[in-house]
Amino acid sequence: MIRKSLTTSILLGLALATSNAQAEGKLSLYHWFEYMPQELLDKFSEEFDVEVTMDTYDSNEALLASLKAGKLGSYDLAVPGDYMVEIMANEGLLDTIGEGELANAGNMEAQWVDVPFDQGRKHSIPYQWGSTSFSVNRDVFKGDINTTDILFNPPAELAGKINMLDSQGEVLLMASLHLGIPQCSTDRDQLKALDDLLQSSKQHWASFGSDIAKDVMVSGDAAAGMLYNGFSAKGRAEGANIEYAYPKQGYVVWMDNVVLLKDAPNRDNAIKFMDFMLVPENIAAVTNYARYAAGVTGAGEFTDPELASQPESAPPADAPAGAFIAVCDQATQEVYDQIWTRLRK
Amino acid sequence: MDRYAYSKRFDVKRYPGFLLITMVCLLILYAPLLVVMVYSFNDSLSITKWGGFSLRWYVDVFTGLEAEKYKRAAWNSLSIALMAATVSTAMATAAAIGMVRGGQFKGKSLSFGLISIPIMVPEIVTAVAMLIFFSTIGLTLGYGSILIAHIVFCIPFAYLPIAARLQGIESSYEEAAQDLYANRWKTFRFVLMPILFPGMLSGFLLAFIISLDDFIITNFIKGAGVETLPTAIFGAVKQGIKPNIMALSTLMLLFSVLMVSLSYIIGRTDRSVDSKSNKD
Amino acid sequence: MAAFGSGSTVSRTFAPVRNWLLMPTWLTVGIFMLLPLLLILVYSFLTKEFRGGVIWEFSLAAYDQFIFDRGLFGDAEPSIEWTYINIFLRSLVQATVATLFCLLIGFPTAYFIATRPPSTRSLWLFLITVPYWVNLLIRTVSMKFLIRESGPLNQALLGLGIIDTPLEIINTNLAVQLGLFYSYLPFMVLPIYASVERYNFSLSEAGADLYAGKWTILRRIILPSIKPGIIAGCILVFVPSLGAFLAPDLLGGAKTFMIGSLIEEQFKGNAGNWPFGSAASMILLSLVLFVLLFYARSQAREQL
Repeated sequence: MIRKSLTTSILLGLALATSNAQAEGKLSLYHWFEYMPQELLDKFSEEFDVEVTMDTYDSNEALLASLKAGKLGSYDLAVPGDYMVEIMANEGLLDTIGEGELANAGNMEAQWVDVPFDQGRKHSIPYQWGSTSFSVNRDVFKGDINTTDILFNPPAELAGKINMLDSQGEVLLMASLHLGIPQCSTDRDQLKALDDLLQSSKQHWASFGSDIAKDVMVSGDAAAGMLYNGFSAKGRAEGANIEYAYPKQGYVVWMDNVVLLKDAPNRDNAIKFMDFMLVPENIAAVTNYARYAAGVTGAGEFTDPELASQPESAPPADAPAGAFIAVCDQATQEVYDQIWTRLRK
Repeated sequence: MDRYAYSKRFDVKRYPGFLLITMVCLLILYAPLLVVMVYSFNDSLSITKWGGFSLRWYVDVFTGLEAEKYKRAAWNSLSIALMAATVSTAMATAAAIGMVRGGQFKGKSLSFGLISIPIMVPEIVTAVAMLIFFSTIGLTLGYGSILIAHIVFCIPFAYLPIAARLQGIESSYEEAAQDLYANRWKTFRFVLMPILFPGMLSGFLLAFIISLDDFIITNFIKGAGVETLPTAIFGAVKQGIKPNIMALSTLMLLFSVLMVSLSYIIGRTDRSVDSKSNKD
Repeated sequence: MAAFGSGSTVSRTFAPVRNWLLMPTWLTVGIFMLLPLLLILVYSFLTKEFRGGVIWEFSLAAYDQFIFDRGLFGDAEPSIEWTYINIFLRSLVQATVATLFCLLIGFPTAYFIATRPPSTRSLWLFLITVPYWVNLLIRTVSMKFLIRESGPLNQALLGLGIIDTPLEIINTNLAVQLGLFYSYLPFMVLPIYASVERYNFSLSEAGADLYAGKWTILRRIILPSIKPGIIAGCILVFVPSLGAFLAPDLLGGAKTFMIGSLIEEQFKGNAGNWPFGSAASMILLSLVLFVLLFYARSQAREQL
């Protein structure tokens, strides 16, 4: 009896294990956390009879690390930010989209086609774009917040209650903007100053985390925190009295892109999904969910009218233009990596 | 004062304050769990304000938007735990018989060391080791890699109760059976296994729960689209402790209580077997 | 330790096929556990590849980075790098403190339960076993919820008027410490309970007959007798505390690195330095093996 029950349980287990593979096709998505409405995935699943699975990461660097640690070949699509598209292409992690493969390629807004990080969109399509700076809980601090001092030289009310994104690119760029030094600097004094700034600011920061960034603002665990603009808008919608800042020293702008990964196990479905995301109505659903801006012509028709007026998407007139994160050469990047390591250790 | 009379007057088993500390201990252990349990019935969207009693988050766990994700994760968790516990119990049973019934042999302590590696090595090191190993041999991370890892680290947990029980069983039963021309398999199946079974079952249960519980190793070596309950919950919790997570946690908690009760019942049968064999 | 195979239960039925019985376990653990551990050792001596991965060239850079600070640009006069040593020391201190507090609460609890009459004992034991079986992640999350700034603990204390401003526990070393203590407390109680249960109380009676006071009996008779249980409990708390990941990550705000989070960061986070992560793993492993060796030796001495 026991042997039979053991055998049965093994067989049952195996049956369970393989039962996942019933759907016609599959699609394996590697995506940022909280960046894709489940309804949209369900819609795609239904329309194309494809079973979609999605795993999440919380920074561009974590995506890269994970793909290089053996996960390449198990995902079809990922959604890296601008500079990471370029890095991933250079590392040979991306597949090329063939000429004419995407039926809806024409829907891309012209300004997002010949982008410096992917000239002519060989590997990617636009997903969402937005900015990164920080938000402040207005119950705690009522003064001027449009300055990077909030992060690096905070007023007493905020010191020790700041959450930083766990994202090397964005933190180092914000610090560089605060100091007014260029990205990919090779000037030793500038790099030293950057290192000193981060070392001395660290005492004011309570935590590092990207996925927790909105929650700590909503729950009150942090009084100020680096945030993406749409994420801040969602936090405000969840009841936090937070205001998103456009600091006068500058802030980060970015575009996230759906990329076709090398060795994608379901390449055909991946192309279908990219086409699907270029349909204005579909990408607008992401915009409505994540509160960023799409890069697809005609999406505006389907977006929530409130989006146009949300303060997180409207830099004040005197705000400077935001800066994209630059890709540095290896020798320079290694110094920046070192600065980051010294900060996080 | 008569010291002798004094010494008879106190109960040597009793120490003042120990009851209080026990209460503190239970309070510490249970307070967080009870709080989460209570708040899982909170009707309010905001998790920290009480908005009346409701089962809506339990409904959400089973029918909400993320229900599919958690269902799949629960499926993965249970099927992996079931298979890992079964395979590791089978291996551990064989190994325990080899170790306990094998007499003294060269490399016995080495062999024992090998079996207990997964228990001795810190989880994070095991996780790193397996990640590097799988990526070096080019195995695609996924269901298979998780299953292999779980089988490996369950082996010592299954082994210990089985070996412990086997220690207490004299080998004369088997030898008698063999004298009656039973082959090895039959000897095991019809003589040794019935006596050993409670040990195998507690080994199985321990392995099962250890597999269900694992987060660190699974989180390192999981692959595309394959989540277990702990990794799925961890991912969700990072973005805030939502009420549906509390409902899910409460359900898992109740499952654990069920498992403990189960192992208690088995423990009781175990004891009755003991007393029976003592009588014989 | 009786389970560890030294009984006189040799059987001529199974002794001849001993190796065959052990083979599946040898192979499984050998290939999927021992080999990977050796691989970490190898990786810790390899060269880090830019942006993750390794180059198969021998290098001591990982250990060098652990011990020496060569400045921002890597060309300064090397001085001792205290950061990682401090992370290890802090982890050691936190694991030790957690162990001590677990012992302080766990021993009286275990003793109390073990001295209950059999009728109520199983109920007490059940109560202490349940948290032991509850998923560690869920327990850590529950603790995070309880102690957060606007969480039930602060609400209750504020409501009762005990405090005026919320306690800031979350994202501090204290939270990590609390988390470790809470996570592994049941690991301390159960082995001590098992020892006390086997303890022969006529020894205490004898002590009392010889005019020893209560606390003298505890210190001089009971504690030495149940030492194996105490040591086992301490190891079960200390070792996982040392490499803990969930408590520092969820309760400490991922800011206070402990060894576990430091290693995790090298493989999953921004750092992406495999050789360094491997070196840190090897150092952690050596520490743990050192503790276990110490334990094994004390066990052996006990038996002599």
